[in-house]
Formats: sequence, C-alpha cells, structure tokens
Amino acid sequence: MIRSFASRTGQMLLVIFGISVLVFAIFFATPGADPTARIAGRGASPQVVARIRAEYGFDRPLPAQYATMMQKLFVSRDLTSFVNHGQRVVPEVLQAAPVTLSLVLWAAFFWVSGSLVFGIAAAVLRDSWVDRLLMVLGLIGLSMPVFWLGEVVNLVTQSRWHDTFLFRWVPPLGYVPFSQSPWGWAKALFLPSLTLAVCFIGLYARVLRSELLTAMGEDSIRTARAKGAGPVRVWLWHGLRLSWLSYVSLFGLDFAQLLGGGALLTEVVFAMPGVGRLTYQALATLDLPLIMATVMYAAVFVVIANALVDGLYALLDPRIREGRHGR
Amino acid sequence: MDAEVLLKLHHLHLELPNGTALLEDVSLSVRRGDALGVVGESGSGKSLTAMSVMGLLPGLKASGAIRFEGCELLGMKDREWRRLRGAGMAMIFQDPMTAFLPVRSIGAQIDEQIRLHERLSRREARARTVALLGRMGVPDPEAAAKRYPHQLSGGLRQRAMIAMALSCGPALLIADEPTTALDVTVQAQILTLLCEIRDSGAGVMLITHDMGVVAQTCTHVAVVYSGLVVEQGPVAAVMARPLHPYTQALLEAIPPLDGPRPDALPTIPGRPPAPDARPEGCVFAPRCRFVRPDCAVRPALREPEEGRRVACVLYDA
Repeated sequence: MIRSFASRTGQMLLVIFGISVLVFAIFFATPGADPTARIAGRGASPQVVARIRAEYGFDRPLPAQYATMMQKLFVSRDLTSFVNHGQRVVPEVLQAAPVTLSLVLWAAFFWVSGSLVFGIAAAVLRDSWVDRLLMVLGLIGLSMPVFWLGEVVNLVTQSRWHDTFLFRWVPPLGYVPFSQSPWGWAKALFLPSLTLAVCFIGLYARVLRSELLTAMGEDSIRTARAKGAGPVRVWLWHGLRLSWLSYVSLFGLDFAQLLGGGALLTEVVFAMPGVGRLTYQALATLDLPLIMATVMYAAVFVVIANALVDGLYALLDPRIREGRHGR
Repeated sequence: MDAEVLLKLHHLHLELPNGTALLEDVSLSVRRGDALGVVGESGSGKSLTAMSVMGLLPGLKASGAIRFEGCELLGMKDREWRRLRGAGMAMIFQDPMTAFLPVRSIGAQIDEQIRLHERLSRREARARTVALLGRMGVPDPEAAAKRYPHQLSGGLRQRAMIAMALSCGPALLIADEPTTALDVTVQAQILTLLCEIRDSGAGVMLITHDMGVVAQTCTHVAVVYSGLVVEQGPVAAVMARPLHPYTQALLEAIPPLDGPRPDALPTIPGRPPAPDARPEGCVFAPRCRFVRPDCAVRPALREPEEGRRVACVLYDA
C-alpha cells in the first residue's frame, strides 16, 4: 500500500517535471524569439530589458535559465508580471484558484446529479418516448456552446426578465467569496455552474445510459434477479456498481481539466475572477510570466486530480487494486 | 418412494413476441429428494425451461402450467415471484466467475440474499454465510467470505455459488450446467455436493448436455429436443434401455470406457431444427433412422411402461 502510494507520487512528480520542461522549452527556448523582450512586454525601455535579462539569467545556458524560472515560480514565488506593472504572478493565481474550485465543484454537483437522474431514467425506460426525449435533450445540451448559452442566460436573467419575480434574486455578475457570505456565494455561483454543467449532463447521461444497459445484460445481474432482488435494487445497487467505472474515469479527466482553467469561457462570460479568466487576460496582453504560472498550475491540478481518480478507481473495483487490468 | 411432487411443468409453451415458439411442449416433474437431469443439445430449450421456472424471462409469452409446491407460478405477480426466487427455489449458474458481481466480496453477496428474504442483522447473516461456506467444503470460510470472486479458484467460486443458492433453504435447486466451466476433478466434487443436497431432501433440477453427469447425479432424466420433452424416466432404466431414437443416438455417442477404441464415434447426422423451422410432425423425424410415414403426425408423450414416458410412434400401441 505504502509502496504503491510512493511509486504513484514519484510518477506524479516525474510528470510535473516533464510538463515544466516542456512549457519552459516552448516559451523560452524557441529559436528566433528573445524571451527577455517577451517578458518585458511591448514598448519596454532598454533599462528594463537589461534588468530582466540579468534577473532571469537569459545570458546564461538553458539549464540555468530553467532552474531560475522554477525557483521563481515555486520557491521564492516572486515571478513578476511586467506588463501588469510589477504584479506578483503566483499570489494572483492562488487567489484565483478558490473561485475556479467553487465554480467547478458546483458544476460537478449539478452534472453528476443531473446525469445520474437522466441516465438511469433513460436506461430503465429504454426505447420509450421518455428515453428518446432525454437523449435528444442531452444531445442539445452537448452541442450548445457554453459561451453562447452563458450569454443567453445573462441576457435573460440580468436584463430581460431580471425584474420579474423569477430572476430578481440573481446577483450582478461576479464572485462573492464564501467567507464573506455563504448565501451570496451560492447565489453568485448557481447560474454560472449550471451553465457549465449543461453540456456535461448531456454527455454523462448518454455514457451512463449505455454503460448501464450493457451492464444489465451481464450474468451477475441475472444472478441478482435470481436471488430475489427487486428492480430498484438490481438497477441501482448491482447495475450502477458495474457501470460507473468509465463514468468515474471520465469524470476525473473533465474535473481536472476544468480546474486547470478549462472553465475559461464560463469564467469570462460570467466575469468570475478564476484561473481561466486569468489565463484569458494573460493571453490578451501576452503576459508571459502569468501564462507560465497558469499553465504550470493547471498541469499540477490535472496530475493531482488524475491520481485521486485512480485511487477512487481502486476503491471501486478490487480487481484494479491488484493490477489485474493492466495499466 | 412416495415423495410429493415439488415442481410440475404441464405442457409448458414459450414463445417470442413475434410468435416463434421456443418451447413447444415441456412436461416434467421433480419430487422432493429427487434429482431430475434435463438433457439436450445447445439450443434445445433446456436452459429456457429452467429460466421460465424462475420467472426470469421477461418479454416471452408462456402458457401451460408451472406448479411449484401446489401453487401456479404462471401469471403470478412479480412481487410474489420475487419472494419465491432465492428462498423457495434457487439457481446455480454455469460460470461462477461471471455470475458473481465482480466488485463485491462473495460473503457480501451471500449476505445480501439472506437479508433479502429474512430479517437478520448483518452479523447474523454473515455467521450463516460462513457456516454455509464451511459446509460446502470451503477451507477457512471466514477469510473466503471476505474475498472477491476473482481471488478464488473456479471450484471454490462454484461452491460459494451453491452456498448462496442454499442460503435460504430452498425446496428446489436449479443447476444450469454447474460443472461445464470447471475441470474434471472439481466437477466430480461439485456433483458429489449436489448429491448430498438431494439426499438432504431438496429437489434438484440439473440442466446439462452431459449424459455422464446425469448418470452420476440424477435419479430421473428428461431428454429435451427442439423445445419438446421426448423421453422421461428413471436414470437407470433410460440408460440401460433408451426408448426414443434420439436418446439411443445420444447414448451411442458416448465413447466406451473399455474395450477397443472405435475409429469414429457414431454421430447424429443433420442438425436440430431452428425454432421457426420446426417440422410439423415428430421433431426428430428428419434425423431419425427409424423414420416412418406416420412420423408426419406429432406423437404425444405416452407411458408405455410404468414410470417411463416417450414421444415416439414406435411405442404407440
């Protein structure tokens, strides 16, 4: 147990190291571009450029440059944005992280509960009109671009019908920290996370439906019925037990990539100061240190979330614990 | 032997929603303390017969009668049927690897069946599970109950399966090819176990394609061909002197244990008819070596001798 945990942690560190090298190489070791000028931003004075060159060691060999960069990013955490007038980059990212985390947690809650209800209902009532309706709705949800949906939601709840009783409660765009007002936090996140969840509900309901229907054909389900188990027990206890493995692995991937900035469009549309919006701003102003920081942050989150899902997987299926299914 | 009749199928007829008849006329009975072997080729309908007794065939139309302990099962509500499944009658499946849920320990799965039918605490259920596993000859039953299906050998898995089937003391045990997925030595142990269960007073219905298994375990045999019972009787009598040409051909196809080895085993030419292309008359007529003009009318199951029934024109008085 401890050994597998240690080897898992080692793998994670290796992956993060690999990503950091790759990201560094893309930004700073691309031939034909002077990283100093890029960090300094457009129209920087020669003095600033010279200072940056000395500070980041751009006159030294690449490994030294890499070490300096990582030191600034993870150890001294004083990587500074020059575009944004000396703003420290790492605290900025750490400030944005809880916003993204809250948004994605809410969205995950919505999409898991929504897809469980729709997926199970569609599987139980397969080939009926309910099933067909739910699957068409799922397809619609799946194919609606989140930025468009977000704008429509904003239009309806913020301006058109904002003053009707339906949407009077909707707070203005933006984020309210949990520590400031839990109720305000929930209200501010409700619509953005629901919007983000819509396409996932569609996708996950479809996946769950087909997995569940496959599982119901298994011999072990026949055994469950032969034992005298009722339909509710057979579907929810035995059927789900067999079919949620691919659901969980899919969830892990999506959850991680959303945490790592994948909720960019939603955050921009709803003016949530999260990691995605930070990345968006950094890209718009070509703020290299900030981009570097957000990318590394995203990588770390994806790797951690993947490890957690692997652990969950092993809890759910004893066969995986013994490595019977291969990697 | 005046054991009471436990299960009686009377002209059981089973058809698909589109009208294709899968079982045409299955009549057989199992008494307490008896083991009935249901023998037939793949696709003859022997498993379907077992499943229809358990009521596990939704979407198929059944008619005729299935009487279990004097109650008519056909047309029973799902709720009542559920109370019977697992408690009154239990089933053992062919492949214990796939028949158990792979993601829960076998002990938990046996506990579940016990708790579905009886109001017992978790601990009481587990105690019974462990006792059952021990009785089935599982070494270290307490530890075995905590293991997952893939961690046990095929033989132990099947023992656990049988323990699960017996957990609520069913009057009827249906075993659907219980030894097909096991190797020969394990097969013998499992069959011995089935004999013990039979001797303890339960009725056993053993579905198999193996005449050897029937000879070893059963007291009675029913030969099924293309959805019909063609011959039925005590095992010893049927083995010694099969009446139906199909049973004769089946028994001839068993390799002899002593004497010179034959160059080629006798086979039955042709193949069983598909359910939608069953002949009007005797279903075995196209492959039968004694075929006569009057085989064009389907023979009824008659009783030419005491305790033996056969559906063949050869024995029509």
